[in-house]
Amino acid sequence: MGVSMNRNGEGALPFRSTARSQHTLTVVLFLLPTFVLFIVFVVYPVLQSFYYSMFNWKGFGPAVDFVGLDNFKRILTDKAFMKAVGNTLNIVVLSLFIQLPLSLGLALMVGRDLPGKRFFRTIFFVPYVFSEVITAIMWMGLFNPDPDRGLINALIVLMGGKPQPWLGSPQMVMGCIFVVLTWKYFGFHMLLYMAGLQNIPREIEEAALIDGCSTGQMISYVTLPLLWGTIRTSIYLSVLGALQQFGLIWVMTKGGPVNASEVMSTYMYRYSFIRFWLGYGSAVAIVILLISLAFSIAYLRLVRQQDYLGGVS
Amino acid sequence: MSHKLFRLFSLVMIAVLLLTACAPAATQTQQPAASEPTQPPAAEPTKPPAQEPTKPPAAEKKVVINWWHISTAEEHKALWQTFADEYMAAHPNVDIQITVLENEAFKSKMTTVMQSGTPPDIFQSWGGGVMIEYAKAGLLRDITPELDANGGEWRNTFSPGALGVYAFEGRNYGVPWDMGMVGFWYNKALFAQAGIEKPPATWTELLDAVKKLKAAGITPIALGAGDKWPAMFWWAYLAVRLGGKDAFEAAYSRQGSFTDAPFVEAGKKLLELIALEPFQDGYLGATYGDQATLMGNGKAAMELMGQWAPAVQKDNSADKQGIGDNLGWFPFPMVEGGKGDPDDAFGGGNGFAIGKNAPPEAIDFVKYLTSVDCQVRLAKINVALPVVKGGEAGVSDPLLLMVQQGAAKAKYFQLYYDQALPPAVGSVVNDSVQGLFAGTLTPEEVAQAIEDSAAQELK
Repeated sequence: MGVSMNRNGEGALPFRSTARSQHTLTVVLFLLPTFVLFIVFVVYPVLQSFYYSMFNWKGFGPAVDFVGLDNFKRILTDKAFMKAVGNTLNIVVLSLFIQLPLSLGLALMVGRDLPGKRFFRTIFFVPYVFSEVITAIMWMGLFNPDPDRGLINALIVLMGGKPQPWLGSPQMVMGCIFVVLTWKYFGFHMLLYMAGLQNIPREIEEAALIDGCSTGQMISYVTLPLLWGTIRTSIYLSVLGALQQFGLIWVMTKGGPVNASEVMSTYMYRYSFIRFWLGYGSAVAIVILLISLAFSIAYLRLVRQQDYLGGVS
Repeated sequence: MSHKLFRLFSLVMIAVLLLTACAPAATQTQQPAASEPTQPPAAEPTKPPAQEPTKPPAAEKKVVINWWHISTAEEHKALWQTFADEYMAAHPNVDIQITVLENEAFKSKMTTVMQSGTPPDIFQSWGGGVMIEYAKAGLLRDITPELDANGGEWRNTFSPGALGVYAFEGRNYGVPWDMGMVGFWYNKALFAQAGIEKPPATWTELLDAVKKLKAAGITPIALGAGDKWPAMFWWAYLAVRLGGKDAFEAAYSRQGSFTDAPFVEAGKKLLELIALEPFQDGYLGATYGDQATLMGNGKAAMELMGQWAPAVQKDNSADKQGIGDNLGWFPFPMVEGGKGDPDDAFGGGNGFAIGKNAPPEAIDFVKYLTSVDCQVRLAKINVALPVVKGGEAGVSDPLLLMVQQGAAKAKYFQLYYDQALPPAVGSVVNDSVQGLFAGTLTPEEVAQAIEDSAAQELK
C-alpha cells in the first residue's frame, strides 16, 4: 500500500491527476485509522470465532479437538435452537406490527398539538433511559406471581381476578417479555418519528387541509409518505435490536422456563458460558452473524436503495 | 500547499491514533511477565514513593490479596471483613481487597475471568467438577505442599471427607470452610395447622403430608425452579435414595449409565409429587430468593435446601427475623424400594480455591480463615457448619447441629450433581430436570439427555 501511495504522489503525472490522486490519498489516510480499528476489533474476532467454531473447545488452553462442521450440524438439528430462532422471529414480527405503529401513533399525537405534549414526550422517553438490567429487575418485581409482592397480580386480585404465573408460565413468558420490550423501546422509536416529523414543512400539510383533506387523509397521503425515510430507519434498527436482544431476557428468565423464552443470544450464552462449550458457542455466534447479515443486506438492497433512486424524502 | 499541510496533519493524526491504540496492548503483555517472578502486579502502583525512605529498610513489600466471596448476608459479610481486618492488623504489609458478589453474578463473572486467565487470589468454590476444570487448565495453585508442611499440620485440622471435595488426583487446590447437607426445612406451625403430627420419614408419607397441607389451603413447598439448581436437588436426592453410591459411581466411571433404572425411577417418583401441584404459583420462573422469601415470611410449609437456608430465609423475610422457633429440619425421607442407605447424604459445602497467581500470603490468610478460632466464630453466627476439628463448639443452633450430625452420620456423601459433574453435564442435569417440572420432558428423556452429555464429557 505504501508503495502505491508514493508513486501517486510523484510529480511526473499531469496536474489534474495529481490533485485527484492526492484527494484519494487524503481519503485513504483518513480512513486508515478506522479501518485498522475495524480490522482489529471486528474482523479479527469474527474470524477467530469462525476458527473456534470448528473445534470442540472448552475455553481453557489451546483448541485442539478439531470437529469440522459438526457444531453447525448439531445447531441446525437442535430443537432448542429452532425454538430460539422462532422466538427471535416472533419478537421481530411483533416489534414491526405492534411496537412501531404504536410509537408512530404516539409521535403523531405528541409531536403536534396535543395539550401537555412536552410532559408526555418526557414520560414516554423515560423507559429508554433505564438500562436493560434495571428494566428487567423492575418488571420482575411487577410480574412476581405472589399477589403480596407483585403489583400486577395484586391489581388482578383487587379486581376479583385470579393471580397469573406470568414469567413462570411457558405459555405467557414471551408475551410478558414482549410487553417489557415494547415498554422500553417505544420511546426511542417515537423520538425518531418526532425528529422526522420536524422535517416535514407545516405548509404542505396546511395546503392539504385547505384543499379539503380530512386529518386522516392528510396523515395517510401527506405525512406518512414524507416520513417514510424515517420509518425505514426505524424498522431497520428495530429488527436488528430484536435479533440481538439478550440482557433483558437473560436477567428476567434466563431463557426459561425450559427454553420457552430462549432467543438466539441467550442460547449462545448458555452454551458458551454455562456449559463451557466455547467452540459450539462460537458456531452459534457465526450462525447469528449470518442471519443478521442476511437481513441487513437484503433490507439494504430491497428497501433502502430507494433513497438513492430519488425516493420522496 | 494547503493539500500538503492537510496531508501532514492527517499523517500526524494517524500516527497519534495508532500509537494510542497500540500503547495499552503493549504494556498489558509486558506487565505480568515482568512482575510474576517477584510480586503480584498490583504491588507496585500501591507503594507511594514518598513513604519509602521513612520505612525501615527491612520492611516487607506490600502485598495485595484479591478475595472474592459470595456471602451477602449482613452478619456473614461483616464477619469476613472482620477476619480480613484482623489479619491485616497483624500483617501490615498485606492489603486484602474483598469483592462481594451475589451467587449468580459470581458464577457469570468467574467464567469471564477464568477464560481471560486471571483468577482472583482467593475465591468461593464448591469443589468438584468446576474446580477440576479450572485445575486442569492450570488456573489454580496447588496448595498440597502448604497443607502437608510440618507433618501435615494444616491438613490434619480438617475432616478428610470435606477436604477431599477440593482435591483432584491427590492434589488440593482449595480448602473447605463449611460442609453440610441438603434436607427439609419446614414450618412447624403450618404442619400443625394441617394436622401433620411428625415429619414424614418415607416418600409416601411426604406425599401424604403434601396432600394434607394442600387440603388445609397451605402452599406445601416453596421452590425457585427458575434458578434450576433448587429443582435439581429433588431429582438428585431421589436418585441418591434409589440408586445409592453404586449407581452414581457406575455412571460416573462409565461402567454404568445415567439411563440406568434408578435415574429414570427418580424422575417417575418426582412426577408423583409434581402431579399434586405442591409448589407456589409461578414457581417455574421463581428464583431461589423468591423461595427463601416465601419460607421466611411463613407462606410455604417447607423447602428442600442446604444448611444456609435459615440465614437466607431471615435475610429475605419482611422483618429480617424469619419464622424463628417455628422452623424445623428433617432429612430427605427414605424411598420405598430404594437401594440407597437412608442415612446417605446429598449436599456439599463452601470453600475457597486459590488462584494461580496468588502470593504465599494469600494461602497464609486462608489458613487463618480456617483456624479453629475463626471456624468457631463463623459457626456462632449460624452461617456455616465447621469442617475443622473443634469448630463444632461454635454450633449452638439445634437445627444446624442436626444437619451437622446428619452429614457426619452419612456413610456415603454425594456432592451436588451440578458440582460433582463437569460443568457441561451439570448444566444439562439442571436444564433437563427443569423440563421434567414443566412437563416438557419425560423421566426417560431426562435420563437420556444427561447420559448423552455424560458420554461426551466423561471420557
